[in-house]
Amino acid sequence: MAARITISVQEADFDLGAEQKALPPDPSAGAMAAFVGTVRADGTGFEALTLEHYPGMTERQLENITAKADTRWSLADIRIIHRTGRLSVGDQIVLVITRSRHRGDAFQAAEFIMDFLKTDAPFWKRQTDGTTDTWVDARDSDTTARDRWGE
Amino acid sequence: MRTVTVLYFAWIRERMGCSEERLSLDDEIVTLDDLIDHLKARDERGAEAFENRMLVRAGLDQDHASLDTAIGDAREIAFFPPVTGG
Repeated sequence: MAARITISVQEADFDLGAEQKALPPDPSAGAMAAFVGTVRADGTGFEALTLEHYPGMTERQLENITAKADTRWSLADIRIIHRTGRLSVGDQIVLVITRSRHRGDAFQAAEFIMDFLKTDAPFWKRQTDGTTDTWVDARDSDTTARDRWGE
Repeated sequence: MRTVTVLYFAWIRERMGCSEERLSLDDEIVTLDDLIDHLKARDERGAEAFENRMLVRAGLDQDHASLDTAIGDAREIAFFPPVTGG
């Protein structure tokens, strides 16, 4: 059976507990995995970043990624929230929740979704230290992480 | 001739000085690479934005496409740097 998939791209913050509670009751779904990404201090002293995205293509790519995950694993729910706009160090930026009958599917699907989100979803980060703005460079390790899934 | 919408994102948008434009494409412009050649030759902004083609990624009607892809009947083309979300 196909997973219930809900994708949100929004400026507003999110609450993991509230998102978990918002999932419909499903006694057969014995496992839930959640990944929360936050804005990480990288030692360069930047204070905040601004996330730009490509409305339309972002949702389309996230739908493609979740459809692949849904084919590959047996999932009850997939929930994705990705924030845009200005975010400070420590702020939440992305949420992926996967729910399944057993834990293996939920764990693996969450990691798969994050790996593909990193390389395929059209978001761009520009960071500022208060005076200078710089665009964040993509990381080769993200491509390596995606490619190991062999899709 | 056909008309397409071309979108620019992140530092490519900044260098182009606009986020979107409508372009009429000559029949000689077949692939995304051809369109980049056209934009580079058109003005200084295009020359600067597409100086290093290795750093340019593209979307064709909101799907990822390599630069040697034929534009075909696509209506919306986007140029952007490698993505950095998540």
